[in-house]
Amino acid sequence: MKPHLIAAALLILAPFAAWADEPGSVTTLHKPPVTGEEVYQQICQSCHMANGMGGKGAATIPALAGNPHLANADYIIITVAKGRGAMPWFDDILAPTQIADVATYVRTHFGNNYPKPVTEAEVKAVAGAKTSP
Amino acid sequence: MQAVNSGTTRRQLLTAIGLVGGAAALYQAMTTMGHAAETQFHGPPKLDGAKPGASVLVLGSGLAGMLAAFELSKAGYQVKVLEYQPRAGGRNWSLYGGDTYTELGGATQKVGFAPGNYLNPGPWRIPHHHRTLLHYCKVFGVQLEPFIQFNHNAYVHSTKAFGGQPKHFREVAADFEGNVAELLGKAVNQKALDADLSAEDKEKLLEALRNWGVLDKDMRYVSGLQSSSHRGYDRPPGGGVDGAPIPSTVLDFSGVLDSKVWNNMAFFMNHEMQTTMFQPVGGMGMIGKAFARQVQPLITHNAKVTQIRQDKAGVTVAWTDTQSGTASVSKADFCVCTIPLGVLNQIDNNLSPALQTAIGAVPYSNSVKIGLEFKRRFWEEDNYLYGGHSFTDQDIGLISYPNNHLFQDGPAVVLGAFASGMGAYRLTGMTPEERIETALTQGSVFHPDNYRREFSNGASVAWSRVPWTLGCCARWNEETRKDYYQTLVAVDDRVVLAGEHASYVGCWMEGALLSSIDAITRLHKRALEA
Repeated sequence: MKPHLIAAALLILAPFAAWADEPGSVTTLHKPPVTGEEVYQQICQSCHMANGMGGKGAATIPALAGNPHLANADYIIITVAKGRGAMPWFDDILAPTQIADVATYVRTHFGNNYPKPVTEAEVKAVAGAKTSP
Repeated sequence: MQAVNSGTTRRQLLTAIGLVGGAAALYQAMTTMGHAAETQFHGPPKLDGAKPGASVLVLGSGLAGMLAAFELSKAGYQVKVLEYQPRAGGRNWSLYGGDTYTELGGATQKVGFAPGNYLNPGPWRIPHHHRTLLHYCKVFGVQLEPFIQFNHNAYVHSTKAFGGQPKHFREVAADFEGNVAELLGKAVNQKALDADLSAEDKEKLLEALRNWGVLDKDMRYVSGLQSSSHRGYDRPPGGGVDGAPIPSTVLDFSGVLDSKVWNNMAFFMNHEMQTTMFQPVGGMGMIGKAFARQVQPLITHNAKVTQIRQDKAGVTVAWTDTQSGTASVSKADFCVCTIPLGVLNQIDNNLSPALQTAIGAVPYSNSVKIGLEFKRRFWEEDNYLYGGHSFTDQDIGLISYPNNHLFQDGPAVVLGAFASGMGAYRLTGMTPEERIETALTQGSVFHPDNYRREFSNGASVAWSRVPWTLGCCARWNEETRKDYYQTLVAVDDRVVLAGEHASYVGCWMEGALLSSIDAITRLHKRALEA
């Protein structure tokens, strides 16, 4: 395993903030997501759905399929790293390289065609320091 | 406190202090006497003297919204409530056999539980110090029963310890404490702590460690009857010829550390997690139903709020009937808005820019609960487990045994997962069928012989996909508390927000109620000044 993935796996072990009604166990990520596709399947699709179509109830979880915001790499980097509205920040559980890989994955799937890969360096430059849990 | 123990009762004294000095003095006195420090609840709000004809529109009929409607009505306001769902109660909710639930993305589950069985997708346990909630449960006639929070006989499981074999909480916790006591004793005896402890305190500490850690005369934590008195026996004490107990063998300390059992031990020390805890008889949703009985005529269901506007004249809320598609407008002098922030953030409004920023700055946590119905209570009959939780480091987080109908025949529902964080993200991303399959696979580690054989049916709720919240609870951190909390709770001209998200008891029903009481108290003051 590459060193940055070990670091990411360790980060994921950190329990979420106390006080809320929570399980009281530590969840170990047995197989940390490595590729952008794995990050998408293990995190993003919980809200944006396996087909990238999002959902609509009292409010809307935006579709990623054909989402014009994705033309701007900085937009998706900031959104994944720092959150947006109800969507939490993920820079506490994802390393910059994982954020870069999932951004690249989303920008090249679900009908999106922005083939230029997002890099770890871009994530570090755009998203900066980690958010507190 | 002689006077308190004789003649004058404690209550009489406190009442007298309250009459003379007001609520603040009463609270101070109660705290000094060791009472009341556990809660900010000082009784239901005393709102009266609403201006004739003054009106309040409440958005959302969760506990915060219904409490606001109840108390403001009592104070004399004309109150109406708009609710997106066909049901009142919000996240206070139970799923029963025959219920249907459709999540975002369209997956629909028909719950197949036997009559009387249920899953509490949201709140499921009530700490004894959540006095607001307990007060209204009593006033509204909600019958409560004990929630079995702490079960020494339940299991802890780690894929990283003991070859993946679950161990009883009792034995791993005792071995953790025993080894820590032995090591600390060594440090004391090797004079490593002489700079921190007087000779007298060293002796007291050694005595404490010997007792607490069940150490032998040489200050060692070893297999034997002493350690077995905490961790359990290979053959427990009995009667007659074979009455003598046979001690158990302590676990390898390295494995105890690998199990991270201290995490589970510390969990039970959290103030919110301490016993005694309670649950309503018949499911947590009984609380929402009891609140709804007080205010149901005020509630309009299936109302999706599309716009919130306030001006000098009042508050105007546009909404759509989700059944008929008809658009309507409701007006009032004031508004209590309990809509979850992630939803509110998407509703067109003219709240102050600072409040809009605050609403958009607070993300929501995820969480997954899975109910598994089994044909019989094998955990009771075969494993002597009566309530409580078995913890695991797998995605499901824990399984929790039912607290009600103990010793009965017939089907019962185990909470087959209470996942948060990464585990919840992964479970949420699955179909309902995949979640049940995963819960069965992971939960089988505790009950390999029975888990699949006795399984009957299951249901799951993944909070990120709940259509009316888009998440479980508001997630604050130190920075957002500092930057946005006071703005979020402040009365914004004619509108005030309430709910668990506007409290420091986040993700608990108590937080929703305390927030609501505080919000309507300030709104009432604002209304009287208008």
